[in-house]
Amino acid sequence: MAKASITFEDINVTVTAPAGTRLIEISEKVGSGITYGCREGDCGTCITKVTEGWNNLAEPSVLEDKVLRENMAGKHNRLACQAQVLGGAIRVKPV
Amino acid sequence: MSKAPVLTVDGVPQAVALSPRVHWIGALDPNLRTFDIILKTANGTSYNAYVVRGGEGVAIVDTVKENFSADFFARLESVARYDEIKVIVLNHLEPDHTGALPELMRRAPQACVYISQKAQSMLKALLKQDEFNFTPVITGDQVSLGDRTLEFLHTPYLHWPDTQCTYLVEENILFSGDVFGCHFCDVRLFNDVVGDFRFSFEYYYAHIMRPFKDYVNRALGLIEPLPLNCIFPAHGPLLRDQPQRYVQRYSELSRSALQSEISIGEKTLLIFYISSYGNTRRMAEAIYEGAMSVEHVRVSLYDLEGSEITPFVDLIEGADGLIFGTPTINGDAVKPVWDLLSSLTVVNLKSKLGGVFGSYGWTGEAVQMVEDRLRGLKLRVPIPGIRIKLIPTDEEIQLCREFGQEMSKDLMGLRQSKVIDMADLA
Repeated sequence: MAKASITFEDINVTVTAPAGTRLIEISEKVGSGITYGCREGDCGTCITKVTEGWNNLAEPSVLEDKVLRENMAGKHNRLACQAQVLGGAIRVKPV
Repeated sequence: MSKAPVLTVDGVPQAVALSPRVHWIGALDPNLRTFDIILKTANGTSYNAYVVRGGEGVAIVDTVKENFSADFFARLESVARYDEIKVIVLNHLEPDHTGALPELMRRAPQACVYISQKAQSMLKALLKQDEFNFTPVITGDQVSLGDRTLEFLHTPYLHWPDTQCTYLVEENILFSGDVFGCHFCDVRLFNDVVGDFRFSFEYYYAHIMRPFKDYVNRALGLIEPLPLNCIFPAHGPLLRDQPQRYVQRYSELSRSALQSEISIGEKTLLIFYISSYGNTRRMAEAIYEGAMSVEHVRVSLYDLEGSEITPFVDLIEGADGLIFGTPTINGDAVKPVWDLLSSLTVVNLKSKLGGVFGSYGWTGEAVQMVEDRLRGLKLRVPIPGIRIKLIPTDEEIQLCREFGQEMSKDLMGLRQSKVIDMADLA
């Protein structure tokens, strides 16, 4: 199975994880500073900056896009509870 | 007593002339004592709004809190007709400045609303409608009223994402929104005749603007070069006398209070602890020792029992790293720790380094709770905290030293990055 390598810049930890894993599942286990609310893509609490490897994440859904817009998310921001890794290298940090 | 401007005639609110083309049409709220839950005011506040008359139309700058709409509309009607209004400028969308907006838009449907880029979605949410006449603006954009020109300054996060200032070019007047404002209510309106409002000005800055010091400095970069005859903020006295003094004060307040002794390249790490039987204190001392073993890190150790909270908040604002030590009592961190951690919303903590430790008797939840709080405050928590059951052994004290050393190394960028396979994570 394809693996992705996700670096959490705030704690300087890189995790290799299977494709399809959501950022939330990884960041919680390693103690990154990404914080969570609903975990259902609704509240916008877990907005995360993707600093590298934007295309190594599955495309945001229409609903995720809507929540990002409503929360005035910046460029290259994703919801960690929705974003699934595909493969390759990805770097993220809390906004 | 200094002469107050005429605010009402026969009980009807009247506009106050600030120049032949500019009028104040705001409202006074002398009975308010608590604003937005977090701010106190000893004599109320004002909601300042303005009319600017140009040769080719009228602009309204900001409105008032909804229940003061009657005063606002009466004052507006004393100097302008609704069909003359071409422009509505909103420097800030908080309800104390937009309460009268829906009714104003109903009465002046031809007017175009000028807001910052970031205000667009907020305004739609505020009005609960998507279709209305508005123009988003950025720094340097202008709108002409014929012989009067309004120019916009993008000044975000002072104190909301949407905030902007508006400059009346021909008269060198800055309509500053909440910037340079304060909660102070005085019928004399102008800064050279009202009572002493210096405390209110500084208090307002400390609670509203201080968390956004970086943005204040950026905004000052736009404001300082402007010729300024007056600054007219959205709350408090109208600054017609020496407005530059207030700009200067913001500049001072947005720098560190006292020049620190920390040299370039050095990092600061503060360790706060509280201890009931001396166990958490012993851990703190070992962490302190370990942290000091790394060059170029200036480490300080503080017992929370020994100080009020306010000075610590000031220290934390300027520090690079923070470590908190708390025992667990009845399944929780102790109150002095929570008191400090709930007092930090007035400072910017983003990306500071955080860490937690503590001794416990039964369960030891406090460390994780405080770690979660630090993450919520946007600190980085890269090194898992240390929990020790009751009295630390020599080995455990050594772990504390290593924890302190790792924290210092992290500050200096000396820690190796870690690579983990997800399958190895619990």
